[in-house]
Amino acid sequence: MADKDDLGRRGEQLAAEYLQQSGMRVLDRNWRCAAGELDIVAVDRRVLVACEVKTRSGLGFGSPLEAVSRRKQARLRRLAICWIHAHGVLFDEVRVDVIGLLRDRAGHFTIEHVRGVG
Amino acid sequence: MPVARTHAIALVGVAGHLVEVEADIQNGLPGLLLVGLPDTALREARDRIRAAIVNSREQWPQRRITVGLSPASLPKRGSGFDASIAVAILAAAGAVPAAAIEGVAFVGELGLDGQLRPVPGVLPAAAAAAASGLRRVAVPRANAAEASLVPGVRVLSAGTLPGLLRWLRDGASSPADPVQVIDGGREPAGRAPGGGPPGPGPDLADVLGQPTARRAAEISAAGGHHLCLLGPPGAGKTMLAERIPALLPRLDMAAALEVTSIHSVAGALPDQGPLLTVPPFCAPHHTASKAAIVGGGSGVIRPGAASLAHRGLLFLDEAPEFGRDVLDALRQPLESGEVVIARSGLTARFPARFTLVLAANPCPCAKGPGHQSGCECTPAVRRRYLARLSGPLLDRVDVKAEFLPVSRGELLSDAAFAERSAVVAARVAAARQRAAERLRGTPWRLNAEIPGREFSRRFRPAAGALAPLERAMDRGQISARGVHRALRVAWTLADLAGLPRPGAEQTSYALGLWLGGPA
Repeated sequence: MADKDDLGRRGEQLAAEYLQQSGMRVLDRNWRCAAGELDIVAVDRRVLVACEVKTRSGLGFGSPLEAVSRRKQARLRRLAICWIHAHGVLFDEVRVDVIGLLRDRAGHFTIEHVRGVG
Repeated sequence: MPVARTHAIALVGVAGHLVEVEADIQNGLPGLLLVGLPDTALREARDRIRAAIVNSREQWPQRRITVGLSPASLPKRGSGFDASIAVAILAAAGAVPAAAIEGVAFVGELGLDGQLRPVPGVLPAAAAAAASGLRRVAVPRANAAEASLVPGVRVLSAGTLPGLLRWLRDGASSPADPVQVIDGGREPAGRAPGGGPPGPGPDLADVLGQPTARRAAEISAAGGHHLCLLGPPGAGKTMLAERIPALLPRLDMAAALEVTSIHSVAGALPDQGPLLTVPPFCAPHHTASKAAIVGGGSGVIRPGAASLAHRGLLFLDEAPEFGRDVLDALRQPLESGEVVIARSGLTARFPARFTLVLAANPCPCAKGPGHQSGCECTPAVRRRYLARLSGPLLDRVDVKAEFLPVSRGELLSDAAFAERSAVVAARVAAARQRAAERLRGTPWRLNAEIPGREFSRRFRPAAGALAPLERAMDRGQISARGVHRALRVAWTLADLAGLPRPGAEQTSYALGLWLGGPA
């Protein structure tokens, strides 16, 4: 169990760094409410970005991005609204992104970032 | 290359329509979206194709794939689109060069392991591809012989998706699954249609003791006249009907392709040598439903027995036992030579120009006439039984022959006179030839197809020949339409006798056949 959780945490850390490098500002991480959890909440110019991070150590169970179903996309969008309510801020636009990280045997990560899925 | 385009064929009835399959790969969450009016079997293609591509050791694009089938308004059914969708996706991903799939129609169902499985209707699909100007058709190996019947197409046949992809990429065949390239329309030697002796099988000479019924079968075969056989069980009605196809000439190439197309859509083609050159014989059971006889079915519209008997024989044994609506449904094909099935969004047409052969017992108890047989049916019961046939159907039957029970002595003495099928077939062929020469320049080929009005214009019988028919009409035995029917048969009798036009002898005989009666 610990291995898997470590991998997830490491992936989220890398994803947050990646988003900051690409010019986005990370506002929140692992924000929880009754409806679930948001991995990363960031701002891309005037757009609020709710970001789901999926990390895998192999393709045995499919690619990391495939794990985000339509239902999950809808839930992420609802969670983004919850976050806005909870923080009392306003945004012109809300976007749901998915970041997939794949770790190879040597321990290197490959990052795939899909913008605006749901 | 984000968008790739391949071609597939959608079948409506036996007509193929070219379908463009476009695959577009965009950034987004992985998934495959199939648009363009697919049915359930085609919607399931998403999962089949993915498994087939992955198991063929190809890279499945981990992005959002949209596959569009156009024209979008045409309903598309079945699994035959799998191959074209798979190739379109791989081409969009850049795994297959776009030049290689130019002008190719892909037909075939994919197995989860990447096998290419045969589908019904490949012959009309290949013909539609050729008619739309596509030069090459890629088909599953099991359908190769069928597809290569179409002239003007080059058939690529493969057993598996990897084999096909290898060929598309570098024109080379993989050793595990070599792609065969066949140029269509080259008939294999020794199976030329048209000629050739009828294959061995049941012979007309077996039907002993029924010389008039044998003669009726010959007349029916020569002129394409519908036939009704009435008689007690065991007299040889079924036996005779089964022997009529051997009297008919082999199908010419155009008719053979037509017949083979229908059987291909029905998935009823033999594996070896798929071209059907012998007139088909179709004998549905009397419990058959309307859809089984004229075609139909939910989802995929399948041809019925009437279409499977196209250019051949439709034999309804125990005809009065068929459902009323089933018999009535035969009126359209009898009238127009085709079945039209209308569904929401599409209309399917199946050719159905067959010779109808009805067989019936004289009464429902089927014990045969006479006191000693034990038949207890009253005349009213017998009339009601046969009345199920009368009206629309029996009105279109030109030749009616009644069988009588035969004694042993008659069987023995008839053996010397019974001719073999080949002898009768030669007379039938000569009569058909004469009819074809006379009908040259008209849309008809057989006497049975000539419309009634032509008998007073182009095809007048000899002087005085109409007298027997006119007398019968005066007596109320025959209607005006019946006169035309009898005239058609009279022309066939003249063709069989080698006369230039029918005389009084032929019209009298035709009248007798129209009225029916004891042999």
